[in-house]
Amino acid sequence: MIDYKHAMIIILVMGLMTLATRILPVLIFGRGEKVPDYILYLGRVVPYTAMGLLIVYCLKDVQVLESPHALPEIISLAVVVLTYLWKRNSILSVVIGTVLYMVLVQMVF
Amino acid sequence: MGKITKTDVKAAFKTSLPIMVTFVVLGIGYGLLMQKNGFGPVWSFASGLIIFSGTVQFVSISMLGSGSIIMAAVTALMVAARHIFFSISMIGRYRTEGKRKWYLFYALCDETYAMLSRDDQPAGVNISAYRLLVTLFDQSAWVIGSVLGGWLGTALTFNSTGIDFAMTALFTTVFVEQWISSKNHIPAITGVAATLLCRLIFGPEIFLIPAMVIIIATLTLMRGKIEQEGGAVND
Repeated sequence: MIDYKHAMIIILVMGLMTLATRILPVLIFGRGEKVPDYILYLGRVVPYTAMGLLIVYCLKDVQVLESPHALPEIISLAVVVLTYLWKRNSILSVVIGTVLYMVLVQMVF
Repeated sequence: MGKITKTDVKAAFKTSLPIMVTFVVLGIGYGLLMQKNGFGPVWSFASGLIIFSGTVQFVSISMLGSGSIIMAAVTALMVAARHIFFSISMIGRYRTEGKRKWYLFYALCDETYAMLSRDDQPAGVNISAYRLLVTLFDQSAWVIGSVLGGWLGTALTFNSTGIDFAMTALFTTVFVEQWISSKNHIPAITGVAATLLCRLIFGPEIFLIPAMVIIIATLTLMRGKIEQEGGAVND
């Protein structure tokens, strides 16, 4: 028998915590008329650090020491970068890279 | 923000398309898993509105039945902590959004952030309408996918192993674009190096938190150098 009331409480609590991570910075730094200069500076540069952080986060469970030694990831990422440098088309690179990756993990490795 | 024009919808749709496709597929996977654990599409729908974070929602599944409330709170905080980082960097951009900014911040997932924190936004669009639409499209796709997964259940299964790579690829294209368009590569290198280092030291669970601390510290210490060299950005 599933305790649905308990499930609802868990969803609400986890939702509240997730919301806190997204809203608290705004409540703390974004309330006044003027946003602090330092926060504006972070706003300009953080996006340039965040993509690297997100890429590593996406790949956090990849095992380099075990077979296939991250080969599907390395090959597909190389293709994403090269096609992007070639055509500068984000959707094209995402589609080619993802299809290639799916083929590699499902059929090759 | 004025009226939403066709141009805005088109631009937002184009930006969101790869995210929407992936979110529907990943959402289906989430909805299916919820269904298998005894929580139908209504639950996936509610969770997609209340939590709206794929990573938090996936880890929540195992806690819904009998998990401790304290553990659930701590887990959600740790998994979602990266959003602090993202929200801080959107305060400046969203300060003119009025009441709408509360929706924009509440629904600021990784992918929406990657698209809306870029400095090369499409030309000729009403930026305010564009932000709202991209955020809305992304969230809708995730919620629709999760409801479909719970509703149609196993009739929908196909081998989607590896589809989540689309998000890695998307972030990579933004990374390359930023690299080409900026003179100063300190922020980009810091992001990759600090996160990689922390992943190796702290393991796959909590590494983002020390990584963000190191990144913020580095950006703070290097502020003079980064801003003096024309910065990473041009806005």
